[in-house]
Amino acid sequence: MQEIIEELERRREAAKLGGGQERIDAQHARGKLTARERVDVLLDQGSFEEWDIFVEHRSTDFDMANKVVPGDGVVTGYGTINGRMVFVFSQDFTVLGGSLSEAHAGKICKIMDHAMKVGVPVIGLNDSGGARIQEGIDSLAGYAEVFQRNVLASGVIPQISMIMGPCAGGAVYSPAMTDFIFMVKDTSYMYVTGPEVVKTVTHETVTHEELGGANTHSTRSGVADGAFDNDVEALLSLRRFVDFLPLNNRSECPRRKVDDPADRIETSLDTLVPSNPNQPYDMKELIYKVVDVGDFFELQPDYAGNIVIGFGRVDGSTVGVVANQPMVLAGCLDIQSSVKAARFVRFCDAFGIPIVTFVDVPGFLPGTTQEYGGIIRHGAKLLYAYAECTVPKITVITRKAYGGAYDVMASKHLRGDVNLAWPSAEIAVMGSKGAVEIIFRQEMGDPDKIAARTEEYQQTFANPFIAGHRGFIDDVILPRDTRRRISRSLDMLRGKQLSNPWRKHGNIPL
Amino acid sequence: MFKKVLIANRGEIACRIVRSLRQLGVGSVAVFSDADRDAMHTVYADEAVAIGPAPSAQSYLSIDRLVDACLQTRADAVHPGYGFLSENSSFLKALSAAGIAFIGPGQRAIEVMGDKIAAKALARKAGISVIPGYDEALEGVDDALEKASAIGYPVMLKASAGGGGKGMRVAFNSTECREGFDRAQNEAQTSFGDNRIFIEKYIERPRHIEIQVLGDHHGNCVYLHERECSIQRRHQKVIEEAPSTFIDSATRAAMGQQAVDLAKAVDYYSAGTVEFIVDQARNFYFLEMNTRLQVEHPVTEMITGLDLVELMLRIAAGEELPFTQSDVPMNGWAIESRIYAENPARGFVPATGRLIHYRQPPHSGSVRVDSGVSEGSEISIHYDPMVAKLICHGSDRNAAIALMRDSLDQFHIQGVVTNVPFLASLLAHKRFVTGETTTAFIDEEYPEGFVSQTPSEPLLSNIIALIAVVHQRSLVFQWCDNPPSSNPRKTHVVRTAGASYRCSVESEDGSYSVRVNGDVLKLTTAWTGAEKVTAFSVDGERYYAQVERTDISYSVVHAGFLVSALILEAHTSELYDFMPLRTPKDQSHLLLSPMPGLLISIDVEAGDAVQAGQALAVIEAMKMENVLKAERDCVIETIHAAVGDTLEPDQPIIEFQVQTQ
Repeated sequence: MQEIIEELERRREAAKLGGGQERIDAQHARGKLTARERVDVLLDQGSFEEWDIFVEHRSTDFDMANKVVPGDGVVTGYGTINGRMVFVFSQDFTVLGGSLSEAHAGKICKIMDHAMKVGVPVIGLNDSGGARIQEGIDSLAGYAEVFQRNVLASGVIPQISMIMGPCAGGAVYSPAMTDFIFMVKDTSYMYVTGPEVVKTVTHETVTHEELGGANTHSTRSGVADGAFDNDVEALLSLRRFVDFLPLNNRSECPRRKVDDPADRIETSLDTLVPSNPNQPYDMKELIYKVVDVGDFFELQPDYAGNIVIGFGRVDGSTVGVVANQPMVLAGCLDIQSSVKAARFVRFCDAFGIPIVTFVDVPGFLPGTTQEYGGIIRHGAKLLYAYAECTVPKITVITRKAYGGAYDVMASKHLRGDVNLAWPSAEIAVMGSKGAVEIIFRQEMGDPDKIAARTEEYQQTFANPFIAGHRGFIDDVILPRDTRRRISRSLDMLRGKQLSNPWRKHGNIPL
Repeated sequence: MFKKVLIANRGEIACRIVRSLRQLGVGSVAVFSDADRDAMHTVYADEAVAIGPAPSAQSYLSIDRLVDACLQTRADAVHPGYGFLSENSSFLKALSAAGIAFIGPGQRAIEVMGDKIAAKALARKAGISVIPGYDEALEGVDDALEKASAIGYPVMLKASAGGGGKGMRVAFNSTECREGFDRAQNEAQTSFGDNRIFIEKYIERPRHIEIQVLGDHHGNCVYLHERECSIQRRHQKVIEEAPSTFIDSATRAAMGQQAVDLAKAVDYYSAGTVEFIVDQARNFYFLEMNTRLQVEHPVTEMITGLDLVELMLRIAAGEELPFTQSDVPMNGWAIESRIYAENPARGFVPATGRLIHYRQPPHSGSVRVDSGVSEGSEISIHYDPMVAKLICHGSDRNAAIALMRDSLDQFHIQGVVTNVPFLASLLAHKRFVTGETTTAFIDEEYPEGFVSQTPSEPLLSNIIALIAVVHQRSLVFQWCDNPPSSNPRKTHVVRTAGASYRCSVESEDGSYSVRVNGDVLKLTTAWTGAEKVTAFSVDGERYYAQVERTDISYSVVHAGFLVSALILEAHTSELYDFMPLRTPKDQSHLLLSPMPGLLISIDVEAGDAVQAGQALAVIEAMKMENVLKAERDCVIETIHAAVGDTLEPDQPIIEFQVQTQ
């Protein structure tokens, strides 16, 4: 018995060294942590239970029989984050470049299957050079097994990817199908084809970082939901992020104890909206003053800034926040912002997270770029997402709610549960100037008349009362009371029951 | 007494005047520009009248509109506050033509004292000591150079209509005299529409000490002691105190008597201030007389217990001074800090923006905050960037300083850069504490401006311990459904930019025993995360700090120091050593706009070789011209902005060629 225990210890210690001390040192020299170190930072100390540490590949081609490392390049298991269960896989770049073999994929699939069975999130820490080419099609099969599980788990358990090294080729499509992708600056990149292939095929010269670095994906492509300075800060931020989410689509978000009163009055919000309707203001100030102190986790902060999305807490409970941002493109909807918000709304809906929408939208962005790019279809995604979702929906119109964009932004007509407006709200088909130019086209030559008509239109429609008369908004509230009113509405909606007609699935305009 | 008084001003002083009016049962009328529609003074007064667009020239400086506003509201008197039309005799004439009383001195006093030459002549005649200089405006650069050498350098070039540092230039040699003359003349023209420039001896290592006087219509005039206002930046006062550490009772009496003599020479009534410059041998020279209420009047009120605004009202209503010179009390010590929206890291350039978070220290008998803003107010480009005045009173100077330091630590402002951390640092400065103040204090002690630093021991350990405890408290929260972890982690590593500290926290009956790298501190705090200002004590010593948790890190502001820290578990902290250092992007090849403002000139072209100190561009902000100079010798690569552009802070103006080693 003693002997076997010693043998076990020896094997375990060997496995824990992964690709060996030299490669570990190289990983550290790149400013990266090893797979196990990452798991230790991510999970509560001592909570990690590792599985399959002794799994080895069975490949023999290309001298692979001599390149066997227990664990086969990925660390898997479960543990807790602030006391809540998650499954984790963490690819080990020190073992054959973290390449994905049949056995490696099998380990990932195993924890995904368990996560589905017990209903807890899966977090993937990606650091892999790609397919294990020596294994050929077995490796490809491994990817597909993971993809299939990603899809079946989608909307059932939260899936989060943290890209902490290379993630290239087919490998990108597993993270791509998870709910959130975060990246580490300077040390991670993601692309379908790398700079060498790009050079050969299109003659473009581009670096890894330009093609698929954290900066590219968090500002240009919108693939990443956030970028962090280094491994440790990324993993600690991920801990904070997971705290917002429920374990699965049937459980509730964890409720946090707070010292911040739910009826906190914010008098300064009364002056947030400037008197000049064309002057921007920072919608994030409203968000930060409504949520529990400091408790907002913004997603895609540097991409499609005309809409702000993220998780916050109100009176300790998670809400998804969607807000037009007048500081960027006047807060209008365009292709990028519509897709960004639509995907977020659908996540919230899938996981029972109430949605708070702050509206100041002058309409859709005009132009050939938008039309050729398919704003019709992409704008429809946000409309579809809001209309489809059955979680509590609370909407506050702070200023402009014009035209079709008004309808889109969680209006009463899309089953908004509580629709509130600030006194500064202007709910109308369009701005007064544009409206007058259409209605009174024949008077366009007379600037005095037009000015008078504009004033008349402004007086008639540029206020929340017409919508109030029709019941399209439930109340006009003082800006200072916004947190209290949202908190009360959330309490009221706690027992909301609503379901859509039975169908295999809807057909969102993809 | 008057029935209703209109206040021809805005901001804190308008609010402060309303307060006195209310106590006297007199009605108050505020006036407001379009930019001040929701301002505190507009809301605070009994009535408010719109007087025009945001630019002062069309609103707060519009005599017609102000007179109309008086007539419209039937106000029977006007208090002008300070600045704007407070020393404008045309305003006084227009009011008197409309039968409205002016709460201030008579026309002659304003006119004589408003003209530097006439004021000096009169002062000389009245036997007041004045600075060597010339009474005639300079005829040009050559005249300036000639007179400068006659007086002897250093000399001061001053705009006739200037004041408060505007239109003033010091020259230590002929080159500076030449350049300074041009700039002073320009600034005088744009700011005051009067480009006359005067020259006088520049007193080295001077102190600025002024005497508050108060006269009535019955020939009585007294002085309410002195105020020392030596702490200045850009020739504008930042900290004022009463009394002065520098003058003895004999000097006080002599200065007071001269001030009263001067006031009597112009039949002065109402409140006024005679400014003196005092050299190291306690010789004092008359500088100018301000024929209005001063910004810093509260320090005099704190040590005398008088309400100067009330007295101004009573005097204007014809009442006699209710006391004589020997009745004027002088109790304890008062200090005023002016809270400005400005960037001390960049030569104190004005800042603008919205006060996203704004919390004042609580009022008490010894802490007074005069402000005209609240959370959500806008510090606009149109007006003076002063946010508030914080006045603290103590039984002696040290007590007043201690109270001021605590109060500054409790002043929380976010959204606009302010000088609060700078003031906190200044109040703790050894030279300030010992009273070694001259008007050059800030230039000498903060030549590079001011940036919050990491404190040294033992303060640093106190703050590190606070962070550890705050973090510990935040761990106890957790989830409503699960029982809170009965035994949260107790050992943390607090990492600042320079070092890491291993901290273990034990809580025992309401306080914490914190071990920081071996030393044990006993700390108490009620931090919950919901409040902006946290009170804490370390080993019985009480402090205030502003603790902010941002995502995964903490920052603590205390006494002008800033500590930003990550807090990690021990094993994570070890791993953190592998993390690469991120260096901020090098922008030394760019000239960035230090402030929001208007680009009024670019003095170089692409390809020019410039020398360190050479003027590159001029930005106008808040009516001040700011010359941007080359920091080192370099060659201009490209110009990124055009004259007439409105610049954002940090907007690139000029790009230099990158020098290869």
